[in-house]
Amino acid sequence: MAKHLIVDPITRIEGHLRIEAVIDDNNVITDAFSSSTMFRGIETILKGRDPRDAGLLAMRICGVCTGTHYQRSIEAVEHAFDLKIPKNARLVRNLIQGALYIHDHVVHFYHLHALDWVDITSALKADPAKAAAEALKWTKTPYGAGEGDLRTIQQRVEKFVKQGRLGIFSNAYWGNKHYKFSPEQNLLAVAHYLQALDMQRDMSKMMAIFGGKMPHPQSLVVGGVTCVQDIKNPARIEQFKSLLRKANNFIKNAYLTDVLMAGTVYADEALDGTGAGLKNYMSYGDFRLNDNGFYDSELLFPKGVVLNGDLSTLHPLDQSKIAEDVSHAWYKGDKPLHPFDGETEPNYTGLEKKADGYAYLKTDEKYSWIKSPLYDDTRMEVGPLARVAVGLAAGDKRIAKYATNFLAKLGDTLGLGKAAPASVIFSTVGRTAARAIETELMGDVMMEWVDELASNVANGDLSTWVEFDFDKVSKNAKGYGMAEAPRGGLGHWVVIEDGKIKNYQAVVPSTWNAAPRDYKNRMGAYESSLVGTKVADPEQPLEILRTVHSFDPCIACAVHIVDTKGKELSSFKVNTSCAV
Amino acid sequence: MVDRREALMSMFSAKGAKVNTNRGEDYYKSLEKQMEERLTQLENSDVAAKYSIHEVLESEGLSRRDFMKWASAACAALMLPASFTPMVARAAELMNRVPVIWLELQDCAGNSEAILRSDAPTIDELILETISLEFNETLMAAAGHAAEAHLEEAMHTFKGKYLCVVEGAIPRAMDGLYGTIGAHGETFKEHLERVSQNAAALVAVGTCATFGGVPAASPNPTDAVGVQDIIKNKAIINIPACPANPANITGTILHFVLTGQIPELDHLNRPKFAFGYRIHDNCERRAHFDAGEFVEEWGDEGAKNNFCLYKMGCKGPMTFNNCSIVKYNSGTSWPIGAGHGCIGCSEPQFWDKYATERPIADSKIKAPTGGVEKTVDEFGLGLLTATGIGIGIHAAASIAAGKKSDNGNEE
Repeated sequence: MAKHLIVDPITRIEGHLRIEAVIDDNNVITDAFSSSTMFRGIETILKGRDPRDAGLLAMRICGVCTGTHYQRSIEAVEHAFDLKIPKNARLVRNLIQGALYIHDHVVHFYHLHALDWVDITSALKADPAKAAAEALKWTKTPYGAGEGDLRTIQQRVEKFVKQGRLGIFSNAYWGNKHYKFSPEQNLLAVAHYLQALDMQRDMSKMMAIFGGKMPHPQSLVVGGVTCVQDIKNPARIEQFKSLLRKANNFIKNAYLTDVLMAGTVYADEALDGTGAGLKNYMSYGDFRLNDNGFYDSELLFPKGVVLNGDLSTLHPLDQSKIAEDVSHAWYKGDKPLHPFDGETEPNYTGLEKKADGYAYLKTDEKYSWIKSPLYDDTRMEVGPLARVAVGLAAGDKRIAKYATNFLAKLGDTLGLGKAAPASVIFSTVGRTAARAIETELMGDVMMEWVDELASNVANGDLSTWVEFDFDKVSKNAKGYGMAEAPRGGLGHWVVIEDGKIKNYQAVVPSTWNAAPRDYKNRMGAYESSLVGTKVADPEQPLEILRTVHSFDPCIACAVHIVDTKGKELSSFKVNTSCAV
Repeated sequence: MVDRREALMSMFSAKGAKVNTNRGEDYYKSLEKQMEERLTQLENSDVAAKYSIHEVLESEGLSRRDFMKWASAACAALMLPASFTPMVARAAELMNRVPVIWLELQDCAGNSEAILRSDAPTIDELILETISLEFNETLMAAAGHAAEAHLEEAMHTFKGKYLCVVEGAIPRAMDGLYGTIGAHGETFKEHLERVSQNAAALVAVGTCATFGGVPAASPNPTDAVGVQDIIKNKAIINIPACPANPANITGTILHFVLTGQIPELDHLNRPKFAFGYRIHDNCERRAHFDAGEFVEEWGDEGAKNNFCLYKMGCKGPMTFNNCSIVKYNSGTSWPIGAGHGCIGCSEPQFWDKYATERPIADSKIKAPTGGVEKTVDEFGLGLLTATGIGIGIHAAASIAAGKKSDNGNEE
């Protein structure tokens, strides 16, 4: 008989997420449901505020991709005011955002995702000498993986285990047979897990150099940035570069190689396309490479849409084709609406308590606080995989170089005699690999940006802010900030009237990915990626965690978009009209 | 590390602390006796680990001397006389005997992220590694039923002994259904009540858990409040800021280990060792304030010369926290360092009162609503307002002065 599983809380993510899955007698997932269970109402809070202050509050949508919402919000207002920010401001923002990418991706892989691939308890059985040799298989210059390093770490873990309390490592699915690494490979990854704890502190310092602090930096303002003293101080620039060099060493000789190792060990799943899901990918594009202004500049990540995994065709992105559907979300409404016409009237219908004492999602009805966004009436996946897919389809040389490099190495380690086919990225493993590929690219390009910033300042340009007449431009304005957060396409829309925010709306990456079914009963990206996956042990839904984590869920982001007024369900009557 | 240690030391002599750091010999003697008893009791307990911090230190190549240096800095941070250093060191070695259960409610995970970046690479981080962190959704390996089972087990095993750290606000509207957790669909409020029941004390980290924070900002759509508005029968320590400075979280846990009690708190239940300072009094740009040198608009000559940010909306004069001393990301910087004013993030209702780029009078602030104002100490507020006015006058005077000298230059 089919089993109906609840996994709640999904841990090692930002926010509150539940997955329910139906598993047949062969332990194959036949159906899946993704639900978000927390709501705050940040857009309502933003209404009526001064648009210059919105970024600080909008940033608190998420403490993980923290600076991203800050920048999107500020750029939405700048777009509304038609401002062109100075070159220094563009570069500083690129550097803060780039540092966020590499920090976020490394923390995601090691601290949020790795324990779906890596069995810590198995690492205790490893031979450190063999593990050191293993490390050399993936790179000639492994990071922190000499025999001595690995032995020290193994002893440390051993002591930790012996003391009897496993703390945050307690009660996980250790020993599950879908953990496929050898003890030596596990030890190598555990070493990097611990070293990444140190490394991510340094990466967050990079953000703090220009941002003041991290999480929640504080140096962006409408019209530019405030960190003049940091950009004009050569010691500060050098500190940034030295941290970046260290980070790049870790990215190339630990992160990328560990992902290559996972790609090789789990190659059958990558080649099968396990966890692929929708195979429709969308990128808003991001990281301006010149000063032609918003949406006119050349971009590091191109924008566009890829359908059905067909990398030979890039479809142009037209934001007017975005709509949100609420058939299975806890709101009233009967058809998909563009954010411009969007209405949000909550209609919480709750969970269903069953005889076993658990509360189940009412999956035939409404079952999540997340709406179902559509692009041109199609379900989409966003994120690093989408950016790489769109980059390849767009023929972007830089993205192609880094992706091809990874696929060539993978082909090598698999003994294919040629590069692995690009289609391997359409899988759970591929989603994780795309994130690593992008991290390497970002680390390298940031070195170019920081030099560009230093030379611009050395040439006497200290401008960080563009002046504007607030009272004049804020009488009646609308704008949007559409770009890419580490987790995928992020858009903030703002309508301003008489110096105040009249309406505010954000459509965020995890809304696209974590959404429930739509009006045609088509699945969202998480749901679709889970169906067809075989689990080794239904009591230990390790494979569900692995695939859901490969998207890097950020659920507080996804849910904040709900827009309500009043405090009683019965009295909710809200209209959101967001303009572009 | 050296900078940071010195920064902590300087807290002892910093201006503006509202804490009495010299309470006389009798007081410290009795405190010492109390700590002695507490630590002996912990040392003899087999609650948690048998492994000691020394083994970790050795494996990290750090000496006993490094450790004692750290302990002396921590001692200063906690406003204890230097003679307490060995006691602090002993407590640090016992930190893993105090289990921590960390709950996430209406949050953004910013505080969990912040604690990951706590002062490194120093011994602080080792201590964080060695506290017995039993439950934290952002970091823990287990999920779903396995995670819930482990929470139950830890609550049972450490009944009455664990610290319950809370991140995020609690929604009260719609019977709390704006936030649910676990397979039984427990609301955040029920979850908090259940886990806090057998906790030794609660530590609310970040401004959402302390005062409602972001979700409670006007018009507070989900009727969100902080922990102290839900839990009434427990000791609660508030460590606000957005996010809380990890140094202050560590300090609080350390103090709990030392004494078995919560640290001395101010009228908003904030530890005085961290929140006894006004940003303004220890600000690196203070001299420019006194000299009447202000940034007048972003990116101007004043900004290039690190002038005072008061006229750009800095709320340092209204805000109590140790950011200007401890800073963030291992002392890398802090908002004022990056040229942006303080937004008062450790104060109640700061989103509705302080978080703007303009001085209070020009802020066009939304009228606050909701339940959090109950917790504001009216007396404290009055004082802050008075300070604000005083500063306003000073700023106005300096504008006049500035104009004069401008004219002078032109002539």
